[in-house]
Amino acid sequence: MRERLSGNEAVAYAIKQINPDVMPAFPITPSTEIPQYVSTYIANGEMDTEFIHVESEHSSMSAAIGASAAGARALTATSSCGLALMWEELYVAASDRLPIVLALVNRALSGPININADHSDSMGARDSGWIQIYAESNQEAYDNFVQAYKIAENPGVMLPVMICQDGFITSHGVENIELIEDELVKGFVGEYDPVHYLLNAKEPMAVGPYAVSNYYMESKRGQREAMLNAKHVILDTAAEFEKISGRKYGFFEEYRLNDADYAIVIIGSAAGTAKAAIEQIRKTTHEKVGLLKIRVFRPFPEEEIAEALSNVKAVAILDRSEMFSGTGGPLGAEVTAALYRAKSEAEVVNYIYGLGGRDITIQDFTEIYDELKRIADTHEIRDNYRYIGLRERGRDNG
Amino acid sequence: MDNMNKPYNFKDHMINRKDRFVPGHRMCAGCGGAVAVRSVLRSLHDEDKAVIGNATSCLEVSSYMYPYSAYEDSYIHNAFENAGATMSGVETAYRVLQKKEKIDEHYKFITFGGDGGTYDIGFQSLSGAMERGHDFVYVCYDNGAYMNTGTQRSSATPRYADTTTTPAGKVKNGKIQVRKDLSAIMAEHHIPYVAQTTFLGNFKDIYTKAERAIYTPGPAFLNILSPCPRGWGYETSDMMEICRLAVETCYWPMYEVVDGTWTLTYKPKKKLPIEDFLRPQRRFRHLFKPGNEELLEQFQKEIDKNWNDILIKCNI
Repeated sequence: MRERLSGNEAVAYAIKQINPDVMPAFPITPSTEIPQYVSTYIANGEMDTEFIHVESEHSSMSAAIGASAAGARALTATSSCGLALMWEELYVAASDRLPIVLALVNRALSGPININADHSDSMGARDSGWIQIYAESNQEAYDNFVQAYKIAENPGVMLPVMICQDGFITSHGVENIELIEDELVKGFVGEYDPVHYLLNAKEPMAVGPYAVSNYYMESKRGQREAMLNAKHVILDTAAEFEKISGRKYGFFEEYRLNDADYAIVIIGSAAGTAKAAIEQIRKTTHEKVGLLKIRVFRPFPEEEIAEALSNVKAVAILDRSEMFSGTGGPLGAEVTAALYRAKSEAEVVNYIYGLGGRDITIQDFTEIYDELKRIADTHEIRDNYRYIGLRERGRDNG
Repeated sequence: MDNMNKPYNFKDHMINRKDRFVPGHRMCAGCGGAVAVRSVLRSLHDEDKAVIGNATSCLEVSSYMYPYSAYEDSYIHNAFENAGATMSGVETAYRVLQKKEKIDEHYKFITFGGDGGTYDIGFQSLSGAMERGHDFVYVCYDNGAYMNTGTQRSSATPRYADTTTTPAGKVKNGKIQVRKDLSAIMAEHHIPYVAQTTFLGNFKDIYTKAERAIYTPGPAFLNILSPCPRGWGYETSDMMEICRLAVETCYWPMYEVVDGTWTLTYKPKKKLPIEDFLRPQRRFRHLFKPGNEELLEQFQKEIDKNWNDILIKCNI
């Protein structure tokens, strides 16, 4: 089914097709449209999910936890400060091993308050125990959402999943999209049939214990085990998804990476601009430039990333969020560690870009590839943690 | 519902009703919280199943310390400030699973929070859940301070109480502010059932109110004065006497608000002076030092005003 939809509408459409049991949600730009679309579908009798009009995002995740623990398929949607407000609950959802799905529309965290895209919200939540899957386009946001419950509810996983797309760029940009027929989606996702849940009359159950030092550490190790299991479940799910959609997914996309000397690693919508830059560079200078676009950030596919980058001379890792660590952004730190452990000899540099919705252009990518070539030739890195697209002092700002 | 029309029988409640909060929990001797939970859960009809919720509290860390649960029913603890929202999700899931015919049994939903988790940090979550009309009972076991962390002042702490964050010292006389009147605030949510109770005599008041709260369709709020021997400073064996004095001095009015109509459920024959309630408690001991007579007068004035307000609301 060909359609033209925004990223928000595409995700809402997937929600309608899956028809989950309970959706608590609270409005926040730019994800607000998702609960709006869902409410309209419900009002028109196109789906029968129970919507809970909670009074905050803390309560939306709290209610999703209650519903999921009770045995229902639950979800919510949010952005930025909304995700920050439910921070505590993200950890609880993961440690209670509840397969909740969260449609996250990435937006910069305050302050200063800003409503546009960056990844500071989800990157801040990267240690909460959630699976994180990112999209470049509306199509990917939709496809990822259709796959989410199958990953989350797998008995070897039982972890919450965050399906991320970039605020406004993806969430509000209308693109052509290929939708899958309702029956195929329903068949693919299947019925949720939990093993242990509060409303199981045959087996009362307690959720959310006080676990002292005797038990806490094992619960965390259990979560890690689930995260490791998620790796093959994500790939198996993608393989099954390909059968109903014809579209192929993995941990990441390799774009012109096979023969590349210089690679960029990036997450999200800016990959589209990077691809355009790669085509232009390859056409005009014949330099072998390529891209690795991360789809799955949690679990982090460390070995696979290092393997995919094993033949490049220099890598630029682009982060759309700050970590203020002095050593780079979160993607930079993890990819660099992956390369180090794989004994890679590639030169690595980390860029911060696009904070608070700042555009990144083909020109910016061209500059980065030029710099990678210089670094590969000279082995000289002047600053391995830098900004691109920053306004210069004295220009434009008086 | 037939049970509700039967006259109250003490023996029936104390002996024949199934205990659903069972021995082995780690609540202190003389703790009102444990009595509150046991009494409320005994008010469930035997044939009904239940999911019990809990805000982080003394109760939570003492009744579900992994791997032991003191509850016969399903139980969920999530965090400190979200017992209302969490039970909203559970109750909504129940309605969906019923609609989808995945569940046959009758379930009731009851969630417990201390005054810190209810009056303060969980106030928004509670208010939202009540406004949305979820069919569950929120029970506050009000011991008037953050007892789990060691008796810090809450908005339920009475004026002049000595707490670890409002200590009575050389120049301070404990908490400065008056209590938040949460039961009245809940009544203003126009929910079908709100009540205040405590442990009195043959427990008729608490059993009757708990049963009404549980079996009234829609949201209900039950505020139970639940003394804390460590925070209040009384002998553990004196809990019932402390409750009696709270009621007889009109410190803790016993009433219910059914569909907006206020009814006094117990009126002391002779209102006792507030000193009788304050004197046995260590947290008010500084009020009885020479020179603090004015504070006691102030306390009495406040009690008198609140009591008159209640009488007016109850059309007495």
